[in-house]
Amino acid sequence: MIAGNLATTLAPMASGGGFTPPGPADFDLPPIFGEVTKPMVMIVLSAVLIFALTYAMSRRAAVVPGRLQFAGEFVYGGVRNSIARDSIGSEHFMKFVPYLFTLFLFVLVNNYFGMIPLVQFPTFSHSGYAYGLAALSWLLYNGAGMWKHGVWGYIKHTTVPGGVGGPVLALIIPLEFLSNIVVRPVTLALRLFANMFAGHLLLILFALGGEYLLFEASSSLMNIFGGVMSFVMFFAVSALELLVMFLQAYVFTLLTAMYVAGAVAEDH
Amino acid sequence: MRDSIQAAEELNPLIPHLSEIILGTAVFLVLLFAVAKFVVPNFERAFAERTKAIEGGLEAAETKQAAADAKLAELEQQLAEARHEAARIREEAREQGAQIIAEMRQQAQTEADRIVGAGKAQIEAERQQAVTSLRAEVGTLATSLAGRIVGESLADDERSARVVDRFLADLESLEGTSR
Repeated sequence: MIAGNLATTLAPMASGGGFTPPGPADFDLPPIFGEVTKPMVMIVLSAVLIFALTYAMSRRAAVVPGRLQFAGEFVYGGVRNSIARDSIGSEHFMKFVPYLFTLFLFVLVNNYFGMIPLVQFPTFSHSGYAYGLAALSWLLYNGAGMWKHGVWGYIKHTTVPGGVGGPVLALIIPLEFLSNIVVRPVTLALRLFANMFAGHLLLILFALGGEYLLFEASSSLMNIFGGVMSFVMFFAVSALELLVMFLQAYVFTLLTAMYVAGAVAEDH
Repeated sequence: MRDSIQAAEELNPLIPHLSEIILGTAVFLVLLFAVAKFVVPNFERAFAERTKAIEGGLEAAETKQAAADAKLAELEQQLAEARHEAARIREEAREQGAQIIAEMRQQAQTEADRIVGAGKAQIEAERQQAVTSLRAEVGTLATSLAGRIVGESLADDERSARVVDRFLADLESLEGTSR
């Protein structure tokens, strides 16, 4: 409701030319040097960070873990047991644990870049990175299915549901193909990208709107109230974003695990 | 930022930069390789060693438990044997005691009977002797007494013997009725 009020307060100002609401262009940051942009630096930084941290955590591999190793094992064990083993089953899950573990940390760290001061930009609000990961997950689960059932076996396995026969198949097969092969990577990528994009856009909106109302617009009581509320909303949305950033990493990983599980499942 | 509205019309965030897809994928694959090669095996090693340590500990504890159980069973067996032995010995002792008491009682009885028999025989002999001497003396005394009372000597031996015998017979019959 507050957001709605704020939008009506801001809208006339935007048309009046005083305040320019943030848009997709705000995500198109100028290159730092040459062709290198901020998200590029961040994604490389995330990989270095993740490897350094997880290596430091796992290096000793002690039977009685220290604090650092315990933290690492908590995350690794969570992905390994709660996501990979519970979805895929104890027979095949170990093959996919490295991928799922890396995927979870990669998405998690890049999402939380959106909240870390000075970095403050979620890498996956640039759709290209999300497409890349979704494509990898798509290759992984389809590849796993073909490895398990053979190419034609897998296509049959994934498009023909058990217990269905006759002319209905003419309807079912294209639908299953669409939902299992075509739509899955798209939703996987868009879910991550859109959440990060929208969340960051909201934060920019409340931060810039509050700043404008308090410091640039005429200091009427209405404007001051609106500006303060805008900053309050900034904190509220930040708290929500902290949750969303974790959830998106978790959901991306869990869905990949479930797609793999469906692909390598025994024939029904 | 000022020109973002104009720029937004040209910029669709859904359309990616190809360079970003390639870079993101490449960085992820490098990270995946590094994690799979250097991190995951370490975590797995730690897990496996922990499992082994716990299982080893459990196994050792089970062995010790089994040994302790065996020892306990052995001791209980020994204890039961000892109890049994003790009960047997006690029973034997009781039997022997009873036997000894019976024998002693038998001996004592025999001895007592013997002593009583000897005493009786002696008493009988002495009584017999007393009776004999009494009879002789009583005859003499009574005759002399009667002679004094009657005032004349019962010179007639035959008559006096008759009197004495009658007296004694009366005495004996008196004794017999009083007994």
